[in-house]
Amino acid sequence: MQRIGVFVCHCGSNIAATVDVAAVAEAAKSQPGVVFATDYTYMCSENGQNLIADSIKEYGLTAVVVCSCSPRMHEATFRKVADKAGLNPYMVEIANIREQCSWVHKDTEIGTPKAISLMKTAVAKVNLNTPLQEGESKVTKRALIIGGGIAGIQTALDIADAGYKVDIVEKTPSIGGRMSQLDKTFPTLDCSSCILTPKMTEVAQHENITLYTYSEVESVSGYVGDFTVEIRRKARYVHEDICTGCGLCMTKCPSKKAKNEFNRGLNTRTAIYTPFAQAIPNVPVIDTEACIHFRTGKCGICAKNCAVQAIDYEQKDEIITEKYGAIVVATGFDLIDLKPFGEYAYNLSPDVVSSLELERILNAAGPTSGHLQRMSDHRQPKEMVFIQCVGSRCEDDRRGKPYCSKICCMYTAKQAMLIKDHYPDVNIHVFYIDVRTPGKAFDEFYRRAVEDYGVDYIKGQVGKVTPQADGTLLVHGVDMLDQKVVEINADMVVLAAAVEPNPDIRKLATMLTLSIDNNNFLNEAHPKLRPVEAATAGVFMSGVVQGPRDIPETVAQAGAAAIKVVGLLAKDKLKTNPCVAQSDELYCNGCSVCQNVCPYGAISYTEKEVRDHGVRDTRRIAQVNPALCKGCGACSVACPSGAMNLKGFSNRQIMAEVDTVLCQ
Amino acid sequence: MQELINRAKELLADGTVARVLGWKKGDFVYNPEPHIFTSAEELEKDFVYDGFCGANLSKYMIRASKMEGKTLVFLKPCDTFSFNQLIKEHQVVREQAYIIGVGCKGKLDHRKFQEMGLGDIESITGINLMDECDVAKVTTIYGDKKEVPFADVMLERCHFCKTKDHQIFDEKMLGSKETTDTEGDRFDEVRRIQAMSPEERFAYFRSELSKCIRCNACRNVCPACNCLHCVFDNTNYDTAQKANADSFEENMFHIIRAYHVAGRCTDCGECSRVCPQSIPLHLLNRKFILDMDELYGEFQAGSDTETPGPLTAFTMEDPEAGAGLERSRG
Amino acid sequence: MSVTEKMTSPEAVLERENLAYLGDAKGKSEGEWTPKIVAFCCNWCSYAGADLAGNNRASYPAEIKIIRVPCSGRVNPLFILRAFQKGADGVILCGCHPGDCHYMTGNYYTRRRMALLFSMLDYLGVEKGRTRVEWVSASEGAKFAATMNEFAEKIRSLGRNVRLEDIRCRN
Repeated sequence: MQRIGVFVCHCGSNIAATVDVAAVAEAAKSQPGVVFATDYTYMCSENGQNLIADSIKEYGLTAVVVCSCSPRMHEATFRKVADKAGLNPYMVEIANIREQCSWVHKDTEIGTPKAISLMKTAVAKVNLNTPLQEGESKVTKRALIIGGGIAGIQTALDIADAGYKVDIVEKTPSIGGRMSQLDKTFPTLDCSSCILTPKMTEVAQHENITLYTYSEVESVSGYVGDFTVEIRRKARYVHEDICTGCGLCMTKCPSKKAKNEFNRGLNTRTAIYTPFAQAIPNVPVIDTEACIHFRTGKCGICAKNCAVQAIDYEQKDEIITEKYGAIVVATGFDLIDLKPFGEYAYNLSPDVVSSLELERILNAAGPTSGHLQRMSDHRQPKEMVFIQCVGSRCEDDRRGKPYCSKICCMYTAKQAMLIKDHYPDVNIHVFYIDVRTPGKAFDEFYRRAVEDYGVDYIKGQVGKVTPQADGTLLVHGVDMLDQKVVEINADMVVLAAAVEPNPDIRKLATMLTLSIDNNNFLNEAHPKLRPVEAATAGVFMSGVVQGPRDIPETVAQAGAAAIKVVGLLAKDKLKTNPCVAQSDELYCNGCSVCQNVCPYGAISYTEKEVRDHGVRDTRRIAQVNPALCKGCGACSVACPSGAMNLKGFSNRQIMAEVDTVLCQ
Repeated sequence: MQELINRAKELLADGTVARVLGWKKGDFVYNPEPHIFTSAEELEKDFVYDGFCGANLSKYMIRASKMEGKTLVFLKPCDTFSFNQLIKEHQVVREQAYIIGVGCKGKLDHRKFQEMGLGDIESITGINLMDECDVAKVTTIYGDKKEVPFADVMLERCHFCKTKDHQIFDEKMLGSKETTDTEGDRFDEVRRIQAMSPEERFAYFRSELSKCIRCNACRNVCPACNCLHCVFDNTNYDTAQKANADSFEENMFHIIRAYHVAGRCTDCGECSRVCPQSIPLHLLNRKFILDMDELYGEFQAGSDTETPGPLTAFTMEDPEAGAGLERSRG
Repeated sequence: MSVTEKMTSPEAVLERENLAYLGDAKGKSEGEWTPKIVAFCCNWCSYAGADLAGNNRASYPAEIKIIRVPCSGRVNPLFILRAFQKGADGVILCGCHPGDCHYMTGNYYTRRRMALLFSMLDYLGVEKGRTRVEWVSASEGAKFAATMNEFAEKIRSLGRNVRLEDIRCRN
């Protein structure tokens, strides 16, 4: 039996006005286990705290009930008092007789019995409390960034600048991501490469950053502060440490017909290649499907021409294992598949292009060296139609997405202005549902396109794009403001395709036990208050993987994720919440139901020999990782046998509360 | 039946399996019991497979999975759902079982014979699988002879047979026969209860559940009730109860039992079959199944070994708690 | 034979089973009777909502007793049945709004669990107004008080719970 002290607070007159506090203290004295009870004006004041601390020592209390304001207000205060007085802080329970009693009931007739009832319930619970110890776990002072686009780059730089080691894993041969494919950026029209390339170089040269390009995360185990990650370094067939990046191999390569992914397939590249001129690292990879040597065993021209013998056809994938304290997911996005949008003739005509393809066409390093031309006949277009919201805000979930992709309105205005700047004679028509321009200097930017550049914005949607015999594209649309059908004979049509998370995120989400929404975007731990943290402790997110956003927002979020990581890595040890789930090995039958409902991946299973009534039995038993468990208790309800329990809110404690509330 | 024995003997002899989990002849023709056979002689002497072999052997594979070597187990089509569900819950080990899927032509309910005054069966023909089984010819120990239509003495579950296809097996033996009723479905009775007034529902279930003697037969036979220690025996929970002290406890026991198996219950009907008090316990399980089907989409536990049950899944658009209650009277 | 065919009148069935003392709700609600109501509140939203109701001095009946749980997903159906066993006349469960759960998914499981449990209780003839789930956020103090007033009123109109009570707990 516990030796319980009950401390009833007046809270000035806040409680005492509607609760006879002396009567509550008196009633407490007859409760099982209560050895001391008193009341005091302000329990949270220094004198009040001393009263509790002194009583703990004087009466040898093993548990304390404070009848006061909400535990959300002062539970932490009273736990500290207990701790200082040598009592385990989790042996304190609060009876909320202010917010949930004196403040909602008007007179002592009602308030006093209710307060007594709440006191008795807290006493019944604390009778079953057990001392709980906060655990400690170590922190590996190294962070992993998955994805080497602007989100990953900025996060890595911020963490590295704070003095911590960072590794970046990037799937493609170079970091840079989508931003490296863009020509100019809104709303300032500065060149994308000009602002991105210095950052890429900084990453490459930073002493705290290790780059794993052409690599993928293979597996993740462990938990916050102590993740173990296996990284697959795909065979490049070129030794990164030997290659000087002279590029001779690429000039000599006779296989020149591979699709150029960086240019969105608008032209071709060689079998040995770097995705673009400013690639970091500037080390080529061999595309084995296109390489003559890999297909036929002959050729070998690149190897013959390499002055430093960096080329190695025998290279194999390599798995490296590394420990991390924190992981940032920054896997970015791609455009949705445009093939299902048959009405826009994307499959039928090379002159119907996606907005990202147009970026490449407008880029000086792109397939047309920056000259605006039709991909079919290389003529410069005179009439261009931009179609907005292709697959965004789309009710048909088989081909489109319900959300707004957020960036399309702005980049369309940007692309229109860039074209008008260089080719003033081109007529540009933009079909839109709404023009959405919230953001600093965004609306001004859009108005410039309309007012200064004379871009023709048409509110309405396009029903069909029909390629004509003369090579033009007949665009049938509706002008909703003028309420008429519009027909435009266009030379080029640009589709503002919806963005979607990189499909790899599903695999990654499983590895990291992250939750994803219906559109494959990552869910935050809290949508408002913890926007860069994943629910899984120690995992953070940066960039479009969380939802559509533009470059400045991504960079800001990258900084936010970085400071969260730095805050974590700055600690030597992590304190773990002691109110976690616990599995009773005698009752657990390893059915996995608890694991199925755990949102944190905190439950795993082990084969263990147990002695049950003297019988030895090897059983599959659930184990809770206290560093991952957040104490929600979903598992304890899913468990049919009652093997899973929650410390601090145990089955018996809640049952005792229920019983006491009702049977008195 | 002899071909089952022969095959079992073969598998024992060539070392494929170490033992055979099947049905053993009972004291009477109508009460064969699950049994583990370890020798050819034992099989020849006692093995039986006939219309009274309703017992679902899946659950016995939990223990058998921990034994050395493989166990040959005979599973009827509906039993295989339980076996799959047990794989999903890591209770049985697939590799430890050699499953012979046996055909089923509907199983008999001894209680139905009793209701006809034919409970004390001495011999019965027409129930062996090899025979035509539209009519069962019964001879009682008192010498009464009677022919009864097979459908009239069939187990309730066979009237709403889920399938004659085994969900999991290593080999299949013997044929099956369609037994499903042409009219109605397994939820008819549940719907009839739902249509009653709350007073009537209360009275009905009170009259049924108050018969419970807490013998735990339902719990022991149920393949989904596979906890090592039931929560009602858990002294850490303050819910342990051995007997019904008052009206509420059987309610609590049966509600929680049905709730704990919700989403895992394959509707095998063993709980009702073994209840010595003839409480229609399957009506509680089916209520949950009907609700889950209506609220979250149709789901058959044990149709595979992976899909999470409705209580370990959710969608953001799920109906609110209590939403389904508007349909109910009262 | 179907259930309905067996059924004569509910009273007759209870009489036959020697259970006539049950079901007599009115007799037991005579005289002084205040309902007993248990409200399970999740720590992060609803308990905070209840605190806010207190801050705003939004009153609700004293017979409502709040039990704090970390998450609505911590509430085991056993707790609810236990409350009825011990004489509760109504049980209400409050949690964060779907999508706002502090633990992300807890209330989604709760929603399914309680939908099924309540439907089962209704099936067994327990008046369905005695159970309720309500989503109350930390900012909805007024909603908390209004919900509790409404629920208490409903329980008063239903009278004493005699269908799930364990009479040994009667006092």
